[in-house]
Amino acid sequence: MKPPPFEYVAAHSLEEALDALATHGWDAKLLAGGQSLIPVLNFRLASPAVLIDLNPVRELAFVEANGVLRIGAMTRQRTLERHEHIARYAPLITAAMPFVAHPQIRTRGTIGGSLAHCDPAAELPAVCLALDATLVARSHRGERTIPARDFFFGLFMTALEPDEILTEIRIPPMTPDTRYAFREVARRHGDFALAGVALTLRLDAEGRIQSPRVALFGVHDAAVLAESAMRLLDGATPSEELLREAAHAVANDIEPSSDVHASAEYRTHLAQVLTARALHDALAQTTE
Amino acid sequence: MQKLTIEVTVNGTTYRREVEPRRLLSDFLRHDLGLTGTHVGCEHGVCGACTILFDGEPARSCLMLAVQADGHTITTVEALAPDEKHLHPLQQAFREAHALQCGYCTPGFLMSLLPFVETHANPTDEEIREALAGNLCRCTGYQHIVEAVKLACRLMHAPQEA
Ligand SMILES: Cc1cc2nc3c(=O)[nH]c(=O)nc-3n(C[C@H](O)[C@H](O)[C@H](O)COP(=O)(O)OP(=O)(O)OC[C@H]3O[C@@H](n4cnc5c(N)ncnc54)[C@H](O)[C@@H]3O)c2cc1C
Ligand code: FES
Ligand code: FES
Repeated sequence: MKPPPFEYVAAHSLEEALDALATHGWDAKLLAGGQSLIPVLNFRLASPAVLIDLNPVRELAFVEANGVLRIGAMTRQRTLERHEHIARYAPLITAAMPFVAHPQIRTRGTIGGSLAHCDPAAELPAVCLALDATLVARSHRGERTIPARDFFFGLFMTALEPDEILTEIRIPPMTPDTRYAFREVARRHGDFALAGVALTLRLDAEGRIQSPRVALFGVHDAAVLAESAMRLLDGATPSEELLREAAHAVANDIEPSSDVHASAEYRTHLAQVLTARALHDALAQTTE
Repeated sequence: MQKLTIEVTVNGTTYRREVEPRRLLSDFLRHDLGLTGTHVGCEHGVCGACTILFDGEPARSCLMLAVQADGHTITTVEALAPDEKHLHPLQQAFREAHALQCGYCTPGFLMSLLPFVETHANPTDEEIREALAGNLCRCTGYQHIVEAVKLACRLMHAPQEA
């Protein structure tokens, strides 16, 4: 199908985009990569009066590593996949990118669009949780920083207010001793996942697990931290028993739904198996 | 109704046209420019039939607005063959390996695969299948398409004879 009529505003700077958003408010939608929004328009699931195109806003497309890793919201997913700063300071992102749709989609899709869209099965929100990212939002009222764990509310719902634009993602660089793993199960390569996990952890000098961050996707209203599993892992010495218990515990942190692709029970099972495998991956990883 | 004037370079020719903002890039190519080689299957990004090169990178033309192409460069399947009598090696390989039946999906496969075959001399089956994953074909069962990609890579990266 074709999109319903709308007015198109190309924003050439963040200021212009904020002005347009302040003027048109609830009637407007921001257009980033369009890889989720245009299908929604084509299906006529939404009919915004105005589309504010962020693509011409140059200042929102950047990757900078200067103490913290800063990624502009309009950075293309294909750029993330290939960027050397990302590979060096946030290799978990590099590991996850091939699972985000297909190259033809990543050419246009942006990191900000994926986070703001908040699909429960999307990879990048979970990756941001595992990396303890901070999201930066701007409006005419000022700038606000939101920890990733307070950003993803539920199905297509985030902490963003209608007049706010997500401008940047800040990520504490992964230290060389940070271990990480990414796993998902999808029906076909590039499809949205039935279930998946992104995690980071470190081992101290005594071999005990420190600051584990286990994020799950596809198995809840939105990407979610598996707090029960993290509590079991934190400070513990890795053993088969511990990994089994931690993986088992993720059932407490998720509320998967059933649909034509998988039942809630199967999704829970997948989340547990994937968590166990990802923990093994991370512990087997060689670090500097 | 809002209309915007855009200037888009498609296959080396620069076109200036007036479009409604809601005009999809795929429809702009097909209806406004008459370049019907770009096919439309699903119009929500899943089938890949509408794949074009946008500034040199494969992208879905059904998930972009024509107005967003203003000032950009597009390559469609029409640009592949050097002339009426010759095919591009990738097209030649599809023909020889029987990688199409009805041909509806073929332009999308060709445009998705073009950067891949240009940069891979000897890809594994695994790599080829991953490169294909974003395109659907209801006829071939893909095996022949995998063979065609191998053949295309051989044709394109064969040592030049003096
Ligand atoms: C066939 C197909 C398969 C896909 N598979 C996957 C997959 O496996 N995993 C996955 O994660 N994604 C997948 N996607 C979605 C894809 O990754 C999208 O690119 C992404 O979800 C949205 O990013 P976008 O830049 O295209 O945003 P858009 O579609 O432009 O926008 C999405 C929403 O976010 C809002 N928005 C965008 N940017 C901002 C901003 N800076 N501030 C505030 N609001 C903003 C928009 O207003 C809109 O509501 C798939 C898409 C397709 C078509
Ligand atoms: S028509 Fe564009 S992907 Fe199907
Ligand atoms: S050849 Fe018929 S759909 Fe691919």
